[in-house]
Amino acid sequence: MQEAMIKRAKELLADGTVNRVMGWKKGEFAYDTTPAVFETAEEIDREFVYNDFTQANQSKYLIKESRKEGKILALLKPCDTYSFNQLVKEHRIIRENVYVIGIPGGPKIDIEKIKAKGITGITNVKNEDFTLKIETIYGVETMPFYEAISVKCESCKSKKHVVYDELIGEDGDVLDSNRFDMVEKLENMTAQERYDFWRGELSRCIRCNACRNVCPACTCENCVFDNPKSGIDQKAAADSFEENMFHIIRAFHVAGRCTDCGECSRVCPQNIPLHLLNRKFIKDINCLYGEYQAGADTTSKAPLTDYRTDDCEPSVVHERGAE
Amino acid sequence: MLKISASNLNALFDRIAEKQTLYIPVDREPNVSEYKKYESGMTMSKALNTVRSAKDFFFPQTENLAEFKMSGKTIEVKDIRKENEDFVVFGVRACDARSFGILDKVFLSEPVDSFYKNRRDHGTIVTMACTRPAETCFCTTFGIDPTVPGGDVSVFFDGENYFFLDNTPKGEAFVASVSDLLENGDASKLAEVQENARNIMKKLPLAGLSTDSFGGERLMEHFNSDKWAELSESCFGCGTCTFVCPTCQCYDIRDFDTGNGIKRFRCWDSCMYSDFTKMAHGNSRNSQLERFRQRFMHKLVYFPANNDGEFGCVGCGRCLSKCPISMNIVKVMKALEDK
Repeated sequence: MQEAMIKRAKELLADGTVNRVMGWKKGEFAYDTTPAVFETAEEIDREFVYNDFTQANQSKYLIKESRKEGKILALLKPCDTYSFNQLVKEHRIIRENVYVIGIPGGPKIDIEKIKAKGITGITNVKNEDFTLKIETIYGVETMPFYEAISVKCESCKSKKHVVYDELIGEDGDVLDSNRFDMVEKLENMTAQERYDFWRGELSRCIRCNACRNVCPACTCENCVFDNPKSGIDQKAAADSFEENMFHIIRAFHVAGRCTDCGECSRVCPQNIPLHLLNRKFIKDINCLYGEYQAGADTTSKAPLTDYRTDDCEPSVVHERGAE
Repeated sequence: MLKISASNLNALFDRIAEKQTLYIPVDREPNVSEYKKYESGMTMSKALNTVRSAKDFFFPQTENLAEFKMSGKTIEVKDIRKENEDFVVFGVRACDARSFGILDKVFLSEPVDSFYKNRRDHGTIVTMACTRPAETCFCTTFGIDPTVPGGDVSVFFDGENYFFLDNTPKGEAFVASVSDLLENGDASKLAEVQENARNIMKKLPLAGLSTDSFGGERLMEHFNSDKWAELSESCFGCGTCTFVCPTCQCYDIRDFDTGNGIKRFRCWDSCMYSDFTKMAHGNSRNSQLERFRQRFMHKLVYFPANNDGEFGCVGCGRCLSKCPISMNIVKVMKALEDK
């Protein structure tokens, strides 16, 4: 697949369709790939990589890149296309400055899940018929591929590319995913259990802002939490509940726009399952306003910014909250 | 050398915790560890290192510095400093142990930071020698020997027993306080364990990384390098690298309005943030390229320029593991080093 992508990228550079290629760059190890912009065929030959570890969603970078001169090639996994579409819808990405090739997505591997098995000194990871052969300086280890699948790919919502100019590989379908299972578990907890769950998770937050900065839905030019004039800009918690508020407010702010790309949880250095907050909102929106998938198209009205006479009454929330 | 068998380690922890607060690395998830206040029965983590570094014990993410109370037109300033209680941090790795020396240069040089000093004075650092380094380790680049970890007391594990070697008067007092639990043991196997670990360090993928191309005298050359644009292009300016880093020491001082007064606190800051060092005139670094460059120039050029050539990195590898886009000091060094 990497070869096909490299070949096509070089063709599009050569014929002038694009003047840059957004992709992933090799790192020091088998797994540490970095999103990168390539300008020449030589750079692509030398450094371009697409493998089981290229998890990063590229769409957010295209806000900036689509404002530069010329057209850029974006290689988007199915999940990335939802983020891309949503950003086009919000007039953040300039669509005509991006040439989109839809590429097959995951499941991708999370190296942390391999390390969690106590495997260390990793020099190479090979996927041999869904068994991972992990070469380390301490010898070769194996583990089933599915046990190393990243959290965001565990409950993949769609193999379908919702936007593309051309495809490499075949398009897939929207999946019947299990992504709301954990949300349902949380809903079935008592209020105290749920409170304890979230306090336990969110208390680990170190306020590095990785979740916010990676989030394709967080595109404010100056975040309220960074703006000294807002009165609530914070680099540290003023009290023990502030981290909780930060994440709850952020989830509210992206509600209806979050495509469930899973980047927030992927980047969290403290492994906080932040995506569950967003999934709760997605599930509620589906339930209260009808099925809606942010990023599925660029024209539909978003439930939370649209008014219909048959909208649910605010009291629904109130009544349900009294359970 | 004085030793305790692995099966008795918790008896030692119980004893220490009787007199002082004890922190040990504990698994939060399998092989993901964090320092926790010891409670009887806790198991020490076998993970190589904690996700957050040990700097938190001396330079916490937030701390209150002073309080101001307003009544009418008078403002009362309250000095809230109080003498810290003694505490022990057990299981610190050589990289983190070295980081305290770097932080000391910042906080203990004049004017001495009394908040930091208070904690340093009352903390005893018990280190743990490494036997199974990870691919992300590169402490040897900075002259650290992970098999001789330092701190107040060095602890070595030979697979069956933990051996104790005190390095400072504080360490001597610590060992004396638990000596009835320790016994004299044959440490002959240790040399082999250490040799083995040193050989592994030589085989690690980052073993060849060198600081030869860095230091204060390379300031303008590195500052003006055309590599920064490419290195920083994907950085989205979060603070993960700075907050998991054992040597990042920048902070901000802020006021929290309590309604009838002010609580003045300091908190970690990150040079990656847009409002870092923002002053009345505005911000001195307006692009992510400049902010990104600042972090690595500080560690590789500015810090050694001001501290007798000592670099501001200990090669713990946390930023390699945790950067959301896998950009880190190793990649920066390799891009900038003499070819």
